[in-house]
Amino acid sequence: MSILSTRKADKIDSLAEGGTSLAMDALRRTFRSPVAILGLVIVGLFVILAIISPFIAPKDPYRPYPELQSELTPSNIPGPMPGFLLGSDQNGYDFFSRLLVGAQQTLFVGVFATLIGVTIGMIIGGLAGAFGGWVDSLLMRLTDIMLSLPSLLLAISIAALLPGSQWTVIIAVAMIGVPVFARLLRGAMIAQRSSDHVLAATALGVKRKTIVFRHMLPNSIGPVIVQATLTLATAIIDAAALSFLGLGDSDWRRAEWGLMLGNAQELLSVKPSLAFFPAIAIIIVALGFTLLGESMRESLDPKNRR
Amino acid sequence: MALLDVRDLSVVFKRKGTRPFTAVDGVSFSVEPGQTVGLVGESGSGKSVTSLAIMGLLPKRGAEISGSVTFEDTELLTLSDKQLRDRRGRDLGMVFQDPLSSLNPVITIGLQITEVLERHRGMSRKEARVEAAELLDRVGLPDPQRRIDEYPHQLSGGMRQRVLIAIALACRPKLLIADEPTTALDVTIQAQILSLLSELVSETDTALIMITHDLGVVAGLCDDVNVMYGGRIVEQAQRHDLFQRSRHPYTHGLLQSIPRLDAPRGEPLTPIRGSVSDNIEWEQGCAFAPRCPNATDVCWSEPPELKADDGRMLRCHNPVAIGDAVTEGAL
Repeated sequence: MSILSTRKADKIDSLAEGGTSLAMDALRRTFRSPVAILGLVIVGLFVILAIISPFIAPKDPYRPYPELQSELTPSNIPGPMPGFLLGSDQNGYDFFSRLLVGAQQTLFVGVFATLIGVTIGMIIGGLAGAFGGWVDSLLMRLTDIMLSLPSLLLAISIAALLPGSQWTVIIAVAMIGVPVFARLLRGAMIAQRSSDHVLAATALGVKRKTIVFRHMLPNSIGPVIVQATLTLATAIIDAAALSFLGLGDSDWRRAEWGLMLGNAQELLSVKPSLAFFPAIAIIIVALGFTLLGESMRESLDPKNRR
Repeated sequence: MALLDVRDLSVVFKRKGTRPFTAVDGVSFSVEPGQTVGLVGESGSGKSVTSLAIMGLLPKRGAEISGSVTFEDTELLTLSDKQLRDRRGRDLGMVFQDPLSSLNPVITIGLQITEVLERHRGMSRKEARVEAAELLDRVGLPDPQRRIDEYPHQLSGGMRQRVLIAIALACRPKLLIADEPTTALDVTIQAQILSLLSELVSETDTALIMITHDLGVVAGLCDDVNVMYGGRIVEQAQRHDLFQRSRHPYTHGLLQSIPRLDAPRGEPLTPIRGSVSDNIEWEQGCAFAPRCPNATDVCWSEPPELKADDGRMLRCHNPVAIGDAVTEGAL
């Protein structure tokens, strides 16, 4: 019954709209699954929180408060008290406000690390896929070298070489994604190169440039978008790992979940919640991006198309 | 002066570690302006490779092409890649077998037509769009104004093939190569597409090379027919001659294996024995000999030459006797 009615709804939908691209179609299929909706809700809430957190934070996250500092000793960090929902952090700042604002910084790191990774990866993969031959061989051996290093080790090496700043973390994490995106796009483009519609376009005398940008690239980009969503999750975790290892941002005041987690490690016995809350936040957000990415991947997979 | 003249065209595929494979071997035929020529043969007979070689679409590495392909006094085989791109789509069009996979799934069909018009006829996007809608109308796509903004997956198989024909004919090429354009379609749609093709080519005076394994298609459409086996032409004749008096045992076998309306009920079809082997050898003798009912010793020892015989070209030591033929109307 429900299958019948969705089919019918589909038909009506496709009749009502003039043109539905395959991408739109896939998107519609994605959001039929509850898992995808859960992922979307988590990601959506996270993004909204990231945008509005500076305005809804009850206290200034970048200022110590005397009432918290007065009770701060090396063996005691104040817990919840009136006006301070989660109490103080190790520096007498309002922990709850910092946790809220942390969403923004974390999203910033995740998004930029992924964007840079996708951009560089797509340039490498696109060139390799479009030209083939020795260009392909050269670029792919390069990505093989990057892939042969364990991803976190690669990020640690890059972070250790550069001065400790937020952009160091972003670049280090971005480099993890580069070879993955490069391989993915190159593979998809090579599959496109021998496809019938590219042959048909060639038979019509369409220019090489047009064939690459209009016929090969748009047909190859689906898996890259999905991988980018999944990478956002790992990027946030990797950034946290770098911070935890002390290779992250040297500005200890910045409210970023990974950094907050890293700075809380010596204080686990004094106030475990300083580590617990940022960690939980990272886990939930990473889960949200993973759920979303996985269900997108499933709906783009022709095997699951109904 | 022929529009297209193919002389001694050979294509050899070479790959490291394997024996070179001759897919097309000394094929010669010509196409007059406005003429429809059939290239018939079963899978692996080299008909598609012949068409790809004419269009210059074979991979540069691995495929060795020899002979000559002259199109309006221009030798196509020696043209540079860029010169060839300028001619393809403008002078030479091609329609492929599978209409779904031959269209780009992520852009609208309108864009796929206007792209060619802008490229070869220098139209602005607006002009091209108007022209594209007219083309879609001419190939019988219902409601072209709406369809122009649709994506390939929203069209049925027959409609997609109509779109491909519209794209191929967009720049009014002088020669259209149709590589099994109806194979992927329903039988009822096949007839529609074929009559559309023949209508359009006669309207615009376009020459057509029809590549097919279906002799029924040939009977309805082609002026001249080339029958290929194992990369070589085995019989070359005008349509009526071929159907009324097929001489090569292979052509004869093909005609025998088609169900006929005038045959007595319950009479079994006569298939050709055996199947095409992977590597067909013409060096030792006739490649068709293992499957041929007329084969004699000479067929195994001496490769037959393509010779003029009874108003046609024939490559056979023991042709079918005249009078033992199939009538065209029965197809």
